Amino acid sequence: MNVFTLIRKEIGHRKLNFALSILAAAVAAATFLVSISLLRSTDLETSRLINEKVAETEAEMAKLEDELRVSMKGLGFNIHIFPEGQDLSEVYEQGYASKTMPEEYVTRLAQSEIVTVNHLLPTLTQVTDWPEYKRKIVLIGIRGEVPKLHGSNKKPLLDPVPEGELIVGYELQNSLELEVGDQVTLKGREFKIRECYGERGSKDDITVWMSLKQTQEIFDKEGQINSILALECNCATIDRLSEIRAELGEILPGTKIIEQESKALARAEARKSGQTTARQQIESMKESRSRLKEKREALASILIPLIGIFCMAGIGLLVFLNAKERVYEVGLLLALGVNSFKILTAFLLKAAVGGWVGGMIGIGASLLFIEKGGSLFAGYPANELTSAVELGLVLVCMPLFAAIASWIPAFAAAQCDPAEVLRNE
Amino acid sequence: MSESVLEMNGVKKRYPGKGSRGEVHALRGVSLSVGKGEFVALHGPSGCGKSTLLLAAGGLLRPDVGTIAINGQDLYSLNNSNRARFRAANLGFVFQQFHLIPYLDVLGNLMVTEVATGQSANAKKRAEAILEQFGMAARAGHHPSELSVGEQQRLALARAVFANASILFADEPTGNLDRDNATIVLDYMKEFAGNGGVVVMVTHDDRALEHASQKVSLVDGRIKE
Repeated sequence: MNVFTLIRKEIGHRKLNFALSILAAAVAAATFLVSISLLRSTDLETSRLINEKVAETEAEMAKLEDELRVSMKGLGFNIHIFPEGQDLSEVYEQGYASKTMPEEYVTRLAQSEIVTVNHLLPTLTQVTDWPEYKRKIVLIGIRGEVPKLHGSNKKPLLDPVPEGELIVGYELQNSLELEVGDQVTLKGREFKIRECYGERGSKDDITVWMSLKQTQEIFDKEGQINSILALECNCATIDRLSEIRAELGEILPGTKIIEQESKALARAEARKSGQTTARQQIESMKESRSRLKEKREALASILIPLIGIFCMAGIGLLVFLNAKERVYEVGLLLALGVNSFKILTAFLLKAAVGGWVGGMIGIGASLLFIEKGGSLFAGYPANELTSAVELGLVLVCMPLFAAIASWIPAFAAAQCDPAEVLRNE
Repeated sequence: MSESVLEMNGVKKRYPGKGSRGEVHALRGVSLSVGKGEFVALHGPSGCGKSTLLLAAGGLLRPDVGTIAINGQDLYSLNNSNRARFRAANLGFVFQQFHLIPYLDVLGNLMVTEVATGQSANAKKRAEAILEQFGMAARAGHHPSELSVGEQQRLALARAVFANASILFADEPTGNLDRDNATIVLDYMKEFAGNGGVVVMVTHDDRALEHASQKVSLVDGRIKE
């Protein structure tokens, strides 16, 4: 007979007391493991979502980048070529160039091997009076598209205006009550209305388009143009304007080139904005999940110790009740010469065994719960959420905590006065 | 008179008052000498100090004044731990309420003193022999709740014998027993003393007094001559 036999037999005799202390330890262990697993699953899920989002965004950005390049190449953008020496601030101010250049320039361009430009439209533009109607108009002489000698034969974007015909903008048509087919006089010449454009909300609404040749005659600028509009320019790089300037500079030295805002540009900017938004969304997601994590950690930092303390208090209470129930037994053992240390050992060892068994059960229960928990743990398996070190720590700490929780009642029992106990039987 | 085993000199013990109760002088200078082979019966009215004397003599209650020696060893000159060891090696106790450990079977209750003294060789065989001697061999695997009161008291007595106690302190050992069981227990105690042991018994029972070789009457904390 030794103290271990005594513990074993006592456990077998007072099963409920021991079972309750095991339960308390199991709850404490399981609470700890489940809580840290929950926190860890949140962390893992956050990292996964962020990585996924970053990868998705990066892929999207790469795709957009590629699309942008393709769209720049496919859709092109529009540029204006102005005569040498033209003051561009004047162009921005009045909308056309005051200087002119030979119409032959456009032919030179068309016959060159330039690949960055698809469609070439020579124009002669000037603000002038329409004396017959006492109106100021923008008169644009267009020749139609000049076909390129080299490169792809793309369908013309604009058709020429035949001589003796006019196209008028919406405001003119509306205010002058013009109809397609009407005969009108402009600067003493007879024209037939070929087409009336719909409202555009720009200076196009007060513009008259006629053949380039007749426009040159009206302004006494035969063989002269003041702009070449190049449409659907192709560029492989984002810095397209420099690319075009470099190429055109060799063919038409001294000309001024500006970019007309294009759909491709707007789209590129929209995509750039989309990328920024995506990045902001990732940052926002990181921030919100980080806040959520902080909240959960704060909750866990209160909950885990609270449940731990509650369970430890429960174990302490159970030992207190056990000691109270065993008071005569302890008194007798002391009277028979069993020293206080052995009595203390008997109580603490029993508590430690209960803590260890409870720890084991808590580990088993929490692992099972995590495995079956599914979405609660974002589907992560238990082996990713807990480590062998933590499980080992629980197995070491639970007996220790149970023994600490039992210390006061066990010590009090071991220090009881046998004479007092036996005298009061 | 034979060789003195228990020697009490001028032992006084008082319990401090609690609330409205005044202090109690349980022992007022008791001197007693008990020799080897003696069976001493302490008797007297309730509250005369019998149980206090027994506990003090058994090394469980430190007297305020006086000395108590067993086999020449002053009990209260020992520290708690050594006194416990001394008790385990030399003293046996039998109580009116038996104080058996409910979760141990008869054999376990008999051998529980080994928790104090450490395990010894052939302990189980010796325990079985003692149970045979006390007529309880067939009950070795039973728990106290399955025993009659007579059997329980016999087991408590057997426990003291198993511990090789040289002096046995018994507090009202027959108080809960019928005549037959009381006789059996008293006969065992007489036999224990006859075999060279010492028995100090507190009792109210006249039958028990008849078995004693020395009767000591206590009145108001003093031995009445």
